This record gives sequence, C-alpha cells and structure tokens, in this order.
Amino acid sequence: MGKSQCKQSYITTSLLELTGKTCVISGKEKTVSWQREKNKMADEKESAEAMISEIHKQITDAFDVFDHEFNKTVDVREVGTIIRSLGCCPSEGELHDLLAEIEEEEPTGYIRFEKFLPTMTKVLMERRYRPIPEDVLLRAFEVLDQEKKGHLEPEELTKYMSEEGEPFTQEEMEEMLSAAVDPDKNVILYKDYVAMMTVEDN
Amino acid sequence: AMKAAVLIQRWYRQYVARMEVRRRCTWTIFQSIEYAGEQDQIKLQNFFTYLMDHFTPTNSKQRDLISHIFTEDEVYKQTELEKYCDHETIELPESYTGPHIDFPLTAAHAAALVEAFRHKQQLHARYVLQLLHETLKHLKLLPNINRVSTCFCEEITICGDLHGQLDDLLLIFYKNGLPSVEKPYIFNGDYVDRGKNSIEILLILFAFLLVYPNEVHLNRGNHEDYIVNLRYGFTKDVMQKYKVHGRKIHKLLQIVFSWMPLATVIDQKVLITHGGISDTTDLDIIAKVDRHKVLAFTDASNSFLTAECLKALSIRGGRTSEGNIQTTSMDSRLSLKSLSLSSTPCYSPGTRKRSPHSISRKVRRSVEEELEKCRRQVGFSTPYENGKFSLSFSESDSESFEVCESDNAEWKQIVDILWSDPMHQEGCVPNAVRGGGCYYGPDVTEKVLSRHNLQLLIRSHECKQDGYEFCHNRKVLTVFSASNYYELGSNRGAYVKLGPDLIPHLVQYQVSRTTRKLTMKQRVSRVERSALRALREQLFSHKSDLISAFKKYDKNKTGRIPLNDWATVVESVLQLGLPWRVLRSQLVQSAPEGLLQYHAWFHDLAIEQPTAEHVHQSLLETLYRNRSNLETIFRIIDSDNSGLVSFEEFCQTWKLLSSHLNMEISNEAISDLARSIDFNKDGSIDINEFLEAFRLVDKIHYTERE
Repeated sequence: MGKSQCKQSYITTSLLELTGKTCVISGKEKTVSWQREKNKMADEKESAEAMISEIHKQITDAFDVFDHEFNKTVDVREVGTIIRSLGCCPSEGELHDLLAEIEEEEPTGYIRFEKFLPTMTKVLMERRYRPIPEDVLLRAFEVLDQEKKGHLEPEELTKYMSEEGEPFTQEEMEEMLSAAVDPDKNVILYKDYVAMMTVEDN
Repeated sequence: AMKAAVLIQRWYRQYVARMEVRRRCTWTIFQSIEYAGEQDQIKLQNFFTYLMDHFTPTNSKQRDLISHIFTEDEVYKQTELEKYCDHETIELPESYTGPHIDFPLTAAHAAALVEAFRHKQQLHARYVLQLLHETLKHLKLLPNINRVSTCFCEEITICGDLHGQLDDLLLIFYKNGLPSVEKPYIFNGDYVDRGKNSIEILLILFAFLLVYPNEVHLNRGNHEDYIVNLRYGFTKDVMQKYKVHGRKIHKLLQIVFSWMPLATVIDQKVLITHGGISDTTDLDIIAKVDRHKVLAFTDASNSFLTAECLKALSIRGGRTSEGNIQTTSMDSRLSLKSLSLSSTPCYSPGTRKRSPHSISRKVRRSVEEELEKCRRQVGFSTPYENGKFSLSFSESDSESFEVCESDNAEWKQIVDILWSDPMHQEGCVPNAVRGGGCYYGPDVTEKVLSRHNLQLLIRSHECKQDGYEFCHNRKVLTVFSASNYYELGSNRGAYVKLGPDLIPHLVQYQVSRTTRKLTMKQRVSRVERSALRALREQLFSHKSDLISAFKKYDKNKTGRIPLNDWATVVESVLQLGLPWRVLRSQLVQSAPEGLLQYHAWFHDLAIEQPTAEHVHQSLLETLYRNRSNLETIFRIIDSDNSGLVSFEEFCQTWKLLSSHLNMEISNEAISDLARSIDFNKDGSIDINEFLEAFRLVDKIHYTERE
C-alpha cells in the first residue's frame, strides 16, 4: 500500500470520469463501476489513515518504554535504541543526521515526543533504513574473510570492527565476541553466527 | 572492506537495541504485574466492603461464616498472647541436630546460626520462641526512631529489602563481614515474604540485634505485617517449617513486628526508613506514637469498617468504590489528583480500627445504625491531605466509637513512611497502586528534609535494576538488597556504606547459581521468558473478557481481528499499562494478512489445566484470576492455620465470592469443584492442595524447578 497505488487508482478514476463524461450514453454500467472505483479509493484512503494511526501508536509505545518520567521526553542517548526497535537499521552517521532533525535548536539532552513523532512517521512510511537481509550480511562477512577460510579469527574481527567504519566500543566488541566465538575452536564461524542471530528476528 | 564493516556494525547495533528494548519491556511487565498483585489487596478489601454493604445472611451458616471472617476466635491481650507463646514447655527431642543457642546470646551463637542456615538446617521451635521473646524484650526498649552516630566506627552499612532471600544476606556478610562492634548495620525492612528463607533471615538478624544492640538496627517494613504475610507467603513458610508450633511462632511474630522501630537517623543528617515520606511527615510526631498499637495496616477488619464510611462517601459522591480501583496503568498515576476520595478505600479516611471485641458486637448490630454513626463522625470531602485515620488497638479498650483526631494523624504518619514511593513530578498524591502511603515529589522531599535539617533520605520498598537508584536531585537513595528478585538475572542487589563524611558508597552484587558468564542475549531471554510466562497467564485468566471484547471489533463474525485492534483490546481489558505493540511479536505467533484468529490464539496461550476439567470454564478462569484473594480469604477462615477448611465453609465462601463477582454459579458446580479436590473423610478440604492444583506458586518456585 503506497503512494504509487493511490496515484494509479486516482488516474483510473479520473480517466473514468473523463470517459463517463464523454460516453454518457454507455449508460449505467460505466457510471456504476466509476462509483465503485470512487468507493474503493475512499476505502483505500481510510486504510491509509488507519495505517498511519497504527504507525503512530507503534511509535508511541516504543517511545513510552524509554519515557521514564512520563513527561513525553526521552534521553537523547536512547533515541537510537528506540529508532532501531521500530525496525529501522540506520548507520551511526544516518542516525546522527536524523537526530539533527529531531533535536531542539538548543540541544537539551532530551528529545520531545512532538518532534519525534512526525520525523519517525516519515521514516517508517518511506521505509528508510531497512534491515539488512541475511544474504547481504553473509556477504559482508565474506568480504572481511580475505583468505576465504570460511571463518574469522577473533583478532581479525576485532581489528575490523574496532578500526574500520564506525568503530565499536570495547564493550560492544566484547559483547559481540562473547556470543560469536565458537568456544571449542576459538574462531568465528560467521555462517552459523549469522544464521543464529537472524533466526530470532521476527 | 570498509563498507562491509559498516554494514555489520549497523546490523549489530540494531540487534543490541532490540535486546535493550526487550529487557526494558520485561522489567515493565514484572513491575506492573507485581503492582497489579498489590492491587489485589484492594480488591480483597472491596470484597469485604461488598459483604458489608449488600450481604444479608440468609441462613445461620452464612451468618456464622461472616462473623467468623470478621472476628478473631481468640481475643488476646498482648500480655496474654506473650504468655501463650512461651517456649518453656517445648521439649528438645534427642534427635535434634540443628543449632543450639543459649541466653544471653553471644557472637559465636549468632555466627553458628548463620552457618547452620547456610547448611540448610532448621532452628528448633523452642529456640525460635525463646529468641523471639528475648528480641521482644529488647525491642520494647527501643524508641520509634533509632538515633545513630558515625563517630564510633568507620562506616555504617545499610541494606534494603531482603524478602526471604537468604543467599543475598549471606553474600552481603561474605563481602562486607558479619555485624560486629566495628561493623554496624542498619536493615531497612521487608525481611520476609516471597523468598523461601524468611524465617531464617529474621532469626539471624534478631540474633545479631541481641548480640550487638548498639550496632545493629532494624527498621520495620510494610511486609512486617501479618495480613500482608498471609498473602505473600511468610505465613505459609512458617507453618510449613514448624508444623506443630508454627501458630505460636506466628502469633508472637505479630507482636514482634509491631514493636520494630520505624526509622533510623544517622548523625541527625540522614533519614533511613522503608518507604519514604509524605508532605505531612513529622518526625517529632512519629517519635511519640505508640508504635506497637499498629498491628497491621491492612487489617481485614479495617476494610470491614471502611465499608460504612465508604457508603457514606458514595452516597455523597454518587459512585461506588468498586468502580474506581483500576489504576494500575502508568497514565493513571498522573491523573491521581483528579480522582475522588472514594477511589482509595483501604487507605481512605474514616477507617476506624477497633478491638476484636467490639467488632463482634458490631456484627450483631444493624448496619443502618453504624452508617448513621459513621456519617456523623466522618466529616470530610476533601482529598488525601485532610483525611482522618485511627489506630488499631490491640487491647480491648473502651468501647467508645469516638474518632480521635490525633490518633488518625499518627496512624497516617506511620503508613506514609512505610508505604510511600518517590515520583518524578512535584506534589504529593495518594498511592493508589499500593493502596497505602503516597507518591512524593522532589518538592516534598526538599520540604521535609529541610524541616528536620536532614540532607539525605535512604529508603527501599522498590526493586531497582541496579540494586539502587538516586532520585530527587540525589536527595533520595533507594537501596534494594534482593538480587534476582523477579527472576534469575533480573536485577542486582546493593547495599550502602556511609562514613562520617556521609557520602554514600554503593556496592552491587548478584547471586547466581551458575558461574558461567551468560551473554547478554541469554540473560535477557531468560528473564524475558519468565515475564512472558507471567503475562500469558494474565492474558489467559482474562480469556472471557478478552473474547467478548474481540467480538466487538469483529463485527462480521469472521473469528479474526486486525492486529492493530488486538493491542487496543488487550490494554483496555488488562489495564496493565504495557507497551503491547512492542510486545506483540512475542505474544502473537502468526497473523496472516495482519489478521489474528483470536480463538486459536487462546489455544496457543493455554497453560496447563488443573485436574478439575469438568468444571465450568469461566469458573476456572475466575478462580485463577482471583487466586491470591481466594488464598487470603481461605487463610483467614482457616484460623488454626492447619491448612484445612471445612467443605461447607469452602462452599459458602465460594458462593460469597462469586456473587460479589457477579458470576452465576450453581450449587452443583461448586460441589463438583469441592468434590474434585482431595478432601479427607471428615469433610475438610486441604487448601494447600487445592491451591497447588492451580499452580498457585510464587515465581520463585519457577526458578526452583530450573
């Protein structure tokens, strides 16, 4: 359900309108079907509204989880978590840009819901920052595995994660290693790792 | 390669974020269910209210039952009671292999007790009673507010709620050392209930109290209250461990609890009390009250008496008390100010507690008369702050029903410091979630602390993820010492060390049986599973309500509703204030085309059914939902704490409860239910078996199974 579909039915309707006008003699059937089209569009509009309302409720729920003082504000450091929990997968840079839109002119350390909601709704409607599919993820690991061993040494992964791209903190690195490293062989079997992690995603 | 790295990092961070949200949600689930459980206490009192308001006994059996519920069989003065609970006559069997103690108690005895309990031994009832008697003697000498100074020692250690978790106490002693002249301790209440070693913790703490009277200080908590103990497991704990003498121990403990001091002040600068404060808290008043006259704050008879006053109110306000109780959702905390007085019954003004004698007399009197008296005496219509209260008198005093203004104020002072919670917003509003005390804001803290020239309030009463939490500009410190309170891995415990500089140093810990380090994912999943299980039970127990609500959204009777509506329905029925849309993926397995088949969903939710399968479905659900109330009611009926209730009492009680809940129960259905429970030849029902059949075990028992 997206803008394009809406557009299409609109075009169809206006076309029908046109034809309806010029072929008025063709009679009831055409006008009836035109009427049906109009109803359908009204329905679609209604479900678009319903969808937006549902998205709003989702955003509200996620926001509330972090709104500890019940005053519709969250700590700016938790916004990333909220955005990610709603199904988006932005990079740190993208997150930074998004924050710039949401923050106050004078950054207070808090994000207000009134600013968060419209920006976030847009993000979700436009389906920005889609999560990464399993095969793409796997390929990413394979790129890092330059020697094509089929696994990565912990040191290798650590080097990449802590030095390249948007580096991990030590805590993040340790946490990732604790789950990713196979305890017997002391390497990261990334195929299994990816499979295991993506199973839980709904 | 850089692109690949960024990709992986992006993905991983999202994964971590999802974990974090799950963890938060889990926490919220546990808290809201816990508070909803405390809400049940209010429902129980509503039940008694209802009885008073509407029920006219139609036969002598029912009348007997009612008077049985509202009076105590044995009316004791405190002194008589103490004599009854003597230990002299109890003999130590030769086969006894547990610890031996002697009086006056020495440090060696106390340490031996700790060791013995660590090895899962049990102290004989004779010693228990003896210890309790000595403790009582000591407690009677103590003032309501302990005054402590840091000049005699390096640091004072302050511990929060323990809730029967002996492992945590042992860990604290291990890390910090046993109490001694150089190592003073202050314990801030809630030693019992929920955990399985409540009595052991009490015995250890009392022993150290006797050995080091100047260094060990115990504050009373809201769980040091026999009615609360009936519901939350301490009574059961004692009765199970001490089958023969449990009753004596239980009764003596009631008195011991009532003599526990209410607060401790360090260097006249730091106030330590279990719950907190309210805007009317005045330490000078508290210092002067007769604290031992308040046996329990949530007395069954209390709510009984509340009934007429409520009726007076409801006639005035035009609303019944029942309708206003549902305030578990977070939003309602904010709107408390707008609630009318009638919504906080058990805590409400006009409660008059009287001796057991006058209660029985009361029951015989007509309700109308009482109502009249009540209306005359209770003259208020304004919110919380102007409420009046009274003390519960354990001795049978004069029969005067005059409500004493100062008595009310005193009682309120005590309830406030034991039951209140801090909140972020300014102001002071009644604590409808707990049913007692208030929520106090940073301005209240500021006011009360400066009124008494204090700089810090240390309290417990609420479970915190890290074991402690500062709030109100670091003027209030919550310390909670029961780790893994909800579930293994749910939270840390902590204790505070305070030196002469009065700067709090916090130490955290977590008791864990598994030494292997769990990954974050494992930790979160484990706690989450437990929370979700509890939540599923809640959902299941509201099945009929949920289904009828679903049907309203399913106008075409397709048996399906859109997922969007699912969340709305669930929140409106359960009123737990949970982020349902965030939890949805965990609770709803499949929803093709975004439509949920709700009947099938319940089937998936189904928990194991108890043996009484032929019993009517809704009866089962209602039983399950009201199980904690049922249990408490049964325990009140079971006055000799034997675990047995007569067949007739059972039927009568169930009928009363079901009429209160507006349920149609035929006599047949009840008899069927009763017969399906194992009861022995003399027509009595083993409550414990009955309740066990419904898996009425604490969450702790889940971990026992693991």
